[in-house]
Formats: sequence, C-alpha cells, structure tokens
Amino acid sequence: MAELKRTPLYPVYKDIAKLVPFAGWEMPVQFSGIKAEHEAVRTRVGIFDVSHMGEVEVSGPDALALVQKLTTNDASKLNIGDAQYSIMCYPDGGTVDDLLVYRTGEQTYLLVINASNIDKDVEWIEKHKTGDVTVRNISDETAQIAIQGPLAEQVLQKLADVDLSQIKFFKFQQNVNLDGIKALVSRTGYTGEDGFEIYFSASDAPQLWNKLLEAGKEEGILPCGLGARDTLRFEARLPLYGQELSEHISPIEAGVGFAVKLDKGDFIGREVLAKQKTEGAPRKLVGIEMIDRGIPRTHYPVFVGGEQVGEVTTGTQSPTLKKNVGLALVKSEVAQIGQEVEVEIRSKRLRAVIVKVPFYKRGSK
Amino acid sequence: MNLPKELRYSVEHEWVRTEGNKAIIGITDFAQSELGDIVFVELPEVGTEVSAGEPFGSVESVKTVSELYAPVSGKVVEVNSALEESPENVNESPYEDGWMIVVEMSDESELDKLLTAEGYAKTIEQE
Repeated sequence: MAELKRTPLYPVYKDIAKLVPFAGWEMPVQFSGIKAEHEAVRTRVGIFDVSHMGEVEVSGPDALALVQKLTTNDASKLNIGDAQYSIMCYPDGGTVDDLLVYRTGEQTYLLVINASNIDKDVEWIEKHKTGDVTVRNISDETAQIAIQGPLAEQVLQKLADVDLSQIKFFKFQQNVNLDGIKALVSRTGYTGEDGFEIYFSASDAPQLWNKLLEAGKEEGILPCGLGARDTLRFEARLPLYGQELSEHISPIEAGVGFAVKLDKGDFIGREVLAKQKTEGAPRKLVGIEMIDRGIPRTHYPVFVGGEQVGEVTTGTQSPTLKKNVGLALVKSEVAQIGQEVEVEIRSKRLRAVIVKVPFYKRGSK
Repeated sequence: MNLPKELRYSVEHEWVRTEGNKAIIGITDFAQSELGDIVFVELPEVGTEVSAGEPFGSVESVKTVSELYAPVSGKVVEVNSALEESPENVNESPYEDGWMIVVEMSDESELDKLLTAEGYAKTIEQE
C-alpha cells in the first residue's frame, strides 16, 4: 500500500481530528463528532477541507469540443462564471466520474473531480484529447475549502471584497480577495445547504482555514470532517462515486439524468443513455426507510418476495430525521414509493419500505 | 481515558464487572470514543448462551458497525433495554448507564484471562 497523501491542511488538524485513510489520503473523518458537525451545517455553518479533490484545467480553441465529448451535460450553455454538475461516462453508460465543470475563460474550463479518480480521469481525458487543447492537472497546487450552512454567506462575507449575495447558486467569481488571499469562490456544495466552495493556492490553505474559523466564531462555526460530509450529502441524495455511481452504474440509474442532455450532440455513452432515458433504465436508485429495527449499510442485499432485487448503496441513521434510512439501487419493476422490501442485515431479513427522496431538502424543516 | 481499576477488560474493548457469579458487560471508554456517535445497539435476548471470544451483538455509530465479543461464557440473564431508545448512553456513560448485558458465568476461571486496567491501557497505547 502506497503512503497516504496529505492535504496542505494536514498540519492544522492532525492533532485535533480523528484521521482515517480515504481514497489514498489521510483525511479528518471527524473533529467534535459527526452529529454535532452535521447539525452545525444544517443550522449554522461548518467548514470542510476538501483539498483532496482533483482539479483539471482544459484550455485552448478545442477545449469546449473536448468537454462536450467527455461529459453528459451541455457545456456549450456555460458563460464565464457559470458552474455545472456533469458526468463522464464510458461508451456502455457506466460512470467514469461525476464532476463540476466551471467555465473560467473564453476557452478555459476547470473540471473538479473526485480524489479517488484523479489518475483514472486524467488518463481518460488525455486519451480523448484531439485538436488544439491543453490539459493540466493542477490538483496538487490547488486547495479547496467548503464553507456550508445557512450562515455560510454571512461568515465568508466578513473576509470577501465582493458582495457575495451577487454570486447565485451554481455561479462563481474568480480573483476574489479573501482578506488577502486570492480565490475562486463558487456557490456550490455537497451538503444540501447553501454555501460556497473556495479554490485557491495550496500554500495559503492553513491561513484561510484559520481566518474562516475566526470569522465564524460568533456564528458557532465548526470544522467538519468527511463523516458529516457523507451524512449531509446522503440526506440530500447527492451521489457518492463508488456507491451511488460507478463504472457499473449509469447516471440515469443513479437519478442524475437531469445532467444528461441528449440534444447537445454526440458524447461518450450517448447511445446507451438515450435508450435508458426514453425506455427506462433496468435499475433505479430509491430511498428506503427501515420498518424493523436495523440500519441499512452499503452493499447489504435488498429483497422482494424472497428474490434479491438490488442492494443498499449508502445507509445510516439520518442525523436530521433520526430515522434508519438508506439509498438502494433496485430493479425498476419494484422501484415504487410504498413498496415493501427486505434488507438483509447480519443474516436477518428486516422489513423496510421505499420512500420519497431526498430525505432532506433545504427549508423543509 | 477513563479505565476503572475494579473492572476487567478484553482485547476486543469490552469491560466486565463481577457480582458473585454474574458478569456485567459493556464497552470501554476507549471503544466508544473510537466509534463516535453511537446510534444503534443490537443485543441478544435474555436466555441466550454466549461464549467467550464469540460475537453476542453489535454496536453501530453513524459511520460504522462493530461486533461485540463476549469476554466470558454463560447465559444472558439481563439486557439493558434502555439502549434501544438511548444508545447515546454508551457514549455518555460507558461504565454505568451504557452497560449492555449481564451474564451468569459458566466458567469463572475465564476471568483470569482478562486484562487489568493497566494491561488494557498498554494494549490501547499500541493501537
């Protein structure tokens, strides 16, 4: 096993967080506790080190053509300052990765990809490169901090030299001055709350982290780990690559078909995805809630009438709802709200029911 | 780390308090802190036979599932059913309100194989 990589923020939290290996990185899974951190983000504000994420810059006269070929969403719709959730697929419709596409210049796009997929993605992008285009993996020199929660704007505004209320959802601004630190500030996130993702130079990371914690003191800001990030994104039904999405799961099956635009022209995987979109996919991602006592977990098999119909992709006790819930990828025939299923938990078949997702929607409390 | 002197400990992070031939069993302060927020505890029914070193239930935090291993053998005579509603008791009070089961020991000599607080402190230092 190769040595674990560390983000530029490692020195800041190595003694105060519980660290775990994640996708080849030594990352904080929790600081004060997953429930407390989860609640801070739902009700106040929290910050996350997500510097392990990958950033790839694609530039040149043929940059748009390359992004269009590789991704399922329509990047031609992006103006400078727009961000877009998108997917890279294999020809069979399986998922290479899910990503954010930022248009940062006339002919420049920034692709933000999952840490676990950086090498694979860069190779995939390079392989399909044609014409006049430059691909640069800038993951190592780029740090990323996410500040999330209803008070995120209020806290970040204390450091920012621009009016953050002018940055709308899925928009961003470059060269924002955050108390002396130059950053790209994007109103996006992976928690189901309002908030920002901040991209900046790795060398400024500890400084910005501390400035944010200081600025958010009054608001009760908490440093948060990957544990809370996972429960937050799960409640909002945002997919995690490796669980809801994988090389064997298409974006249509995972319920992110909104990011698959069939009318944009050809792209890798289009044929299969078009068929799934019009005729229906063989499987569907659903929410389940346990009726019997038990917590569904990743890979637990799901049954209907004694027959296995799929498996759990993510499950936990939802910190917001205090219910034992999960996401499961099941055969489309059984994927109806109200359908009773059984989840096998430690050799016991326990009853659950298919329910509406997301489990949490901003403002629904 | 709180490790009461009067208890005995297993390498799987359970503690035992003895009252006559009865063993009260729970998980250690170290174990609860490693697990994080505990949200679910699955315990055997009264009357179940448990064997030393074998799983008798499980404990789940927000993120993980861990098996519970019986430190001694015998029959379960009492179960802490309060943990069904309040699994957080294990975090807040691992040696008191967070107790899990009481076992009527079939072989009290098994207690000799368990660790003292000092011995257990050494094993967790190495983790």
